[in-house]
Amino acid sequence: MSAQREGATQADALSHASRDNVGEIPYEPVFVGAVREELDALLGRYPNKMAALLPTLWMVQRERGWVSEEAMVEVAALLELTPAYVKGVVTFYTMYHQHPVGRYFIQVCTTSPCLACGADKVVESLLGQTGCGDLGATSPDGRFTVIEVECLGACGFATPIMVNDEVIESVTPEKVSQILTRFK
Amino acid sequence: MGYPHKSHPKETPILSKYFGEPQARTLDGWKERGGYRALQQALGMTPADIVNVVKESGLRGRGGAGFPTGMKWSFMKPGDGKAHYLCVNADESEPGTFKDREIMRWTPHALIEGTAIGAYAIGAEVAYIYIRGEFTEPLAVMENAVKEAYSAGLLGANAMGSGKRIDIHVHRGAGAYICGEETALMNSLEGRRGNPRIKPPFPAVAGLFGLPTTINNVETLAAVPHILINGAAWYKAMSLSSPKSTGTKLFSVCGNVTRPGNYEVTMGYPFKDFLYDMCGGPLPGRKFKAVIPGGSSVPIQSMEEAESTLMDYEGFVAKGSMLGSGGVIVFDDSQCMVRHIARLARFYAHESCAQCTQCREGTAWTTKIMERIEAGNGTMQDFDTLLEIGDNMTGKTICVLSDSCAVPVVSGLEKFRHEFEAHITGKRCPFRAAAAA
Ligand SMILES: Cc1cc2nc3c(=O)[nH]c(=O)nc-3n(C[C@H](O)[C@H](O)[C@H](O)COP(=O)(O)O)c2cc1C
Ligand code: SF4
Ligand code: FES
Repeated sequence: MSAQREGATQADALSHASRDNVGEIPYEPVFVGAVREELDALLGRYPNKMAALLPTLWMVQRERGWVSEEAMVEVAALLELTPAYVKGVVTFYTMYHQHPVGRYFIQVCTTSPCLACGADKVVESLLGQTGCGDLGATSPDGRFTVIEVECLGACGFATPIMVNDEVIESVTPEKVSQILTRFK
Repeated sequence: MGYPHKSHPKETPILSKYFGEPQARTLDGWKERGGYRALQQALGMTPADIVNVVKESGLRGRGGAGFPTGMKWSFMKPGDGKAHYLCVNADESEPGTFKDREIMRWTPHALIEGTAIGAYAIGAEVAYIYIRGEFTEPLAVMENAVKEAYSAGLLGANAMGSGKRIDIHVHRGAGAYICGEETALMNSLEGRRGNPRIKPPFPAVAGLFGLPTTINNVETLAAVPHILINGAAWYKAMSLSSPKSTGTKLFSVCGNVTRPGNYEVTMGYPFKDFLYDMCGGPLPGRKFKAVIPGGSSVPIQSMEEAESTLMDYEGFVAKGSMLGSGGVIVFDDSQCMVRHIARLARFYAHESCAQCTQCREGTAWTTKIMERIEAGNGTMQDFDTLLEIGDNMTGKTICVLSDSCAVPVVSGLEKFRHEFEAHITGKRCPFRAAAAA
């Protein structure tokens, strides 16, 4: 459920611009060639097509960086679902992006155990050093978006952050600038 | 072992013995360490015999509820003419808990072996390992290990040449704490929103795809091969306390402690020794103030309670809390309990699936009031309101997420009331005030 609450503040200006672009550029289907073959193999794991919905959406996000309305229509047709149903599922989960995000999407755990170890200071440092300024905003150079996230399941390695698909453990405010140099 | 630290001499590393050893991740490395002997043995036994050994061992679920595993398996009726499923709960999202992550990262074949044995024992040909979406590294390790197991013929249509089919598929979640609840997990696996289902029917009757299903935690299944190889009596003997709590348990330790990490001890280990010796005690110049011993959903313990606890299912209950998932969160005297309880309430509000009114409204209002108190804008009246909301949230909803939100509030008000009061009388957080001074 939480996707909307955090997602709603994400880089609205940027996403509107991109949505307009989507209108001009014809939609290129995701599931052609090798990606289509991968999906066909995946379908064999489940007794029905609907069960492949989460992994199928993951493939969309891997290929496109986010899950657009057009992609939901494509997925719905492939899995014999309605676009509205697919959207209902997409919006339930926090990890599917419904808007384009900064090239590096940074999630910082601020749940209680990490908070006890200073996660709030890590957030401050990241917001300052990426230039994002606010949670959910994208940095002026379009590189970064920083959000808070609930427990990443790595509480003994406070403070863990996720940069796209990579978890970085034991982040402190002092380590932030060094870490950011890796993400150009 | 105390990964990422060296093993402590008083640990009993069975599940965690190979944490930190990259060779143990590969199939060859795992076989060199005795891997897949238990599966081989299991496939030569009848499913009923396996269930009996697990029953006899006293193994109880490590996902939070502590339900006896052998009994759970015995609910799956053989020969009912229906497909059966095994779901592996690798959603591990309970704040303070990070043990299943290390089992999957370091010993993926231990989970595959336990899963295959479990599947065979309950008459399932297919098992799904549902891994939380954020666990990208454990996911990659597990996927690779499953591939290895298929290539070597350990899984598939003729698992280990037994003529029996055992398929294991890894399925990635997409960010939702609630999907760790067993029926929400099943909905999520089916490609639905992760809303918990009303029970009954229970999963053993109508679970995944409406068919008989067993769901087990990662750590529960990882213990099974050891029980088959060494016997139920061996497992049962590993308990320093109650005969109802057997074997070893992995505890994840985090928060304000010198050596956070995963520690494996036999049931009944003294919590005081655990905290002060094994985990290195408080940080320099600090004192422990409170512990949440079993993941964020169990009651907060005062140090007096914690220091007299024996670490098993009954021991934590006797001292005002629960063993839960084994996620030990430690707070020292620099921490504001009101702030942490407010933050935990926000966690539950954020993660509520919102289908039950008491939970949707209760988690939101609890958060609002807690944040108001933390900001110095609360009143003494708020305590009664919080307790009343908590009461309305407990035992009245489809799943226990709602109850879990009330737990830290109610136990916090009981054991740290003076900190709540100080926020109200001083009209600000005393800890922030002290930090600013
Ligand atoms: C809100 C909620 C979240 C849960 N999260 C998890 C989880 O992340 N991992 C887990 O193993 N069990 C979790 N559980 C417990 C499961 O519902 C279930 O009891 C467990 O997976 C059964 O396995 P076991 O018998 O081996 O412990 C959760 C329960 C609730 C109510
Ligand atoms: S108690 Fe909360 S999380 Fe559980 S089903 Fe009801 S609304 Fe959803
Ligand atoms: S609380 Fe931060 S990773 Fe668990």
